[in-house]
Amino acid sequence: MSPTIEKYFVPEPSKFPIFGSFALLCIGAGAVMWLNHVGPGPEVLLVGVATLIYMLFGWFGQVIRESESGKYGKNVDASFRWSMGWFIFSEVMFFAAFFGVLFYVRVISVPALGSGENESVLWSGFQGVWPTAGPYGADAFSPMEAWGIPALNTLILLTSGATLTWAHWGMMKDNRTQLKLGLLLTVLLGALFMGFQVYEYMHAYSEMNLKLTSGIYGSTFYMMTGFHGLHVTIGAIMLLVMLFRVMAGHFTKDHHFAFEAAAWYWHFVDVVWLLLFVVVYWL
Amino acid sequence: MSAVTPDQLHDDHHHHAPGGLMRWITTTNHKDIGTMYLIFSFIMFLSGGVMALTIRAELFQPGLQIVQPEFFNQLTTMHGLVMVFGAIMPAFVGFANWMLPLMIGASDMAFARMNNWSFWLLPVAAILLIGSFFVPGGATAAGWTLYAPLSVQMGMGMDLTIFAVHIMGISSIMGAINIVVTILNMRAPGMTMMKMPLFCWTWLITAYLLIAVMPVLAGAVTMILTDRHFGTAFFNAAGGGDPVLYQHVFWFFGHPEVYIMILPAFGIVSQIIPTFARKPLFGYASMVYATASIAILSFVVWAHHMFTTGMPAATQLFFMYATMLIAVPTGVKVFNWVATMWRGSMTFETPMLWATGFIFVFTMGGFTGLICAIAPIDIQVQDTYYVVAHFHYVLVAGSLFALFAGAYYWLPKWTGHMYPEGIGKLHFWASIIFFNITFFPMHFLGLAGMPRRIPDYALQFADFNALASIGAFGFGLSQLIFIVAVVKCVRGGKKAAASPWEGAEGLEWTVPSPAPYHTFETPPVVK
Repeated sequence: MSPTIEKYFVPEPSKFPIFGSFALLCIGAGAVMWLNHVGPGPEVLLVGVATLIYMLFGWFGQVIRESESGKYGKNVDASFRWSMGWFIFSEVMFFAAFFGVLFYVRVISVPALGSGENESVLWSGFQGVWPTAGPYGADAFSPMEAWGIPALNTLILLTSGATLTWAHWGMMKDNRTQLKLGLLLTVLLGALFMGFQVYEYMHAYSEMNLKLTSGIYGSTFYMMTGFHGLHVTIGAIMLLVMLFRVMAGHFTKDHHFAFEAAAWYWHFVDVVWLLLFVVVYWL
Repeated sequence: MSAVTPDQLHDDHHHHAPGGLMRWITTTNHKDIGTMYLIFSFIMFLSGGVMALTIRAELFQPGLQIVQPEFFNQLTTMHGLVMVFGAIMPAFVGFANWMLPLMIGASDMAFARMNNWSFWLLPVAAILLIGSFFVPGGATAAGWTLYAPLSVQMGMGMDLTIFAVHIMGISSIMGAINIVVTILNMRAPGMTMMKMPLFCWTWLITAYLLIAVMPVLAGAVTMILTDRHFGTAFFNAAGGGDPVLYQHVFWFFGHPEVYIMILPAFGIVSQIIPTFARKPLFGYASMVYATASIAILSFVVWAHHMFTTGMPAATQLFFMYATMLIAVPTGVKVFNWVATMWRGSMTFETPMLWATGFIFVFTMGGFTGLICAIAPIDIQVQDTYYVVAHFHYVLVAGSLFALFAGAYYWLPKWTGHMYPEGIGKLHFWASIIFFNITFFPMHFLGLAGMPRRIPDYALQFADFNALASIGAFGFGLSQLIFIVAVVKCVRGGKKAAASPWEGAEGLEWTVPSPAPYHTFETPPVVK
């Protein structure tokens, strides 16, 4: 036990959570209204998103000010580490659900649809082989090839992981130029990745007839790569905020967990991509 | 080393805390937030209860009397969703908020602002969920499990339910992360993991379960949403998907969810029984390991909810044996509680009555669970009232009874007054008697083949249904006694000492009753 017991920082009452709740109420209600063409759905949704952005700016801004003014001791730092780790674990489980779905349809349900009584009674002539849009309805499409843009994107994301680590080394050596350059490179590589993803989607829709509605292949392809792309975007925004904070002179080599948290998140989306590349694009 | 000075300085900080309603909206205090969780969950308990009583009124006699079948289906669906996500889970989080910092000697939860948001998301989710009754087409009627393809076909009430589930998921994940971090990082010096009260252990493990499975539920309902509106084919065989896939994903969430609702109950009971037996908990370490075993096993038993939806015999066998394996750690717990009482100096104040009642009735629910786990028998009883009886024995007599036990146990700490003992005992006896009148006949109804979620039934089921309905109304009215007990306790009553229970141990009993607004700002040292 250390001789001095550090006082744990407990924040003052805060108005931001209720703004966040109001935002999610508007987002939920607005999205439902929009989807069902009832009432002013898009407007309500917009109010929700705007409130959420206000809340995120205000809340994170306050946390950053508290952090920079030295209110967070070692204990709070440890709390942030634990929480970020378990938050990423919850994200892992979210993706795990979709990987499980892909495994199930590829290994169990699609072959079952094309064999036995399913084939002879219900879906006569259906070949239960992957990729498929299912036995009924969807037009023919070409599946996504792994060794074009996706392989290039793999290289881009892996490189971005390396530049980020290089930036971290800059932080540890107090070399701010290396830190800024590394962060900038990482964000640019992330943007490049997203650019390629968007191009790939457009190409798939216009040239390959591969759509979200292309049966189970289209569903899993777009939902899995789409959610991954969303996470890349969030990760890139986090890293961009870190870049701005570095330029504003935040962080020291001993006190920069926000940077590390963003880096953890970035490596997490990196690993998810590798799995996606193997099971969605390649195999 | 100046432990006193910063405390006094700190007290000056709180002067500009807002008062009135804004206090509750902006609070970062774990006790305020815990209180709000408990009040919210009780309101939801009453709402879900009214739905249950409407169901039982309709089922009082054969034929359609009160509600239309469509609305009946909405009621069974929303009763389940409201009780699971609105009543039981938030109530346990309320206990965690109030008691965990007090039990481990922490000044507050690790993330006090996020704690506030975790709570204030719940009323939002409740508005979306209960509001769905009033939209065109009414609330979702797909059953609380929201099975595809029914949930893909419902009206906009289903969309509201999906977003409500998302928001409750966000709330649960944030709450769970908060609890994990609080327990791992904010224990007072000397409070080693294996010295923690068992309630902390059960909540730590529950929080891990929440973090692991709430995202899976979010994924499941997201796929429902895209199947409904964006033309995906996850649960549509025509597009190569599979409705059974939904069941797999849902129950991968759903079975750990069952333990999310019972493990904290085990924790509460494990606090209460040693107190009133005036003996330390028998087999503390084995309780910890049993809790962890139950949690781990909960990930590999999900398909026992789907024995009749089609799977290979080998798979059925695996899930059957894995499920029955859970009886071992659960049995360890029951034996330990009984062994704690063995030769104890027992008294039966209200919390102890609820706790012993819990063991007795929960164990019956455990046994029927074993019966349902046996695949060939499950094929007979699935989707009958036998299953309804089983999960109400573990959810009402398990989770809810433990919640009442905990409420009476810690009310003196929360309010500074003793609750009225006679009223508390009346509440217990009325509840346990009417509970059994309600749910015990359902075993017979189920074995005789009465299906669940049906507003009408064949004549031979009439007598037991009438009995169950009478019991349900008795049980519902009995819960009003609890309101009387709590209001009396808040308003006044005998002053409670810091440690009102003779045999109680733990840090929460070292602070005054009622617990001051800020406790353990300087961590206590645990020997």
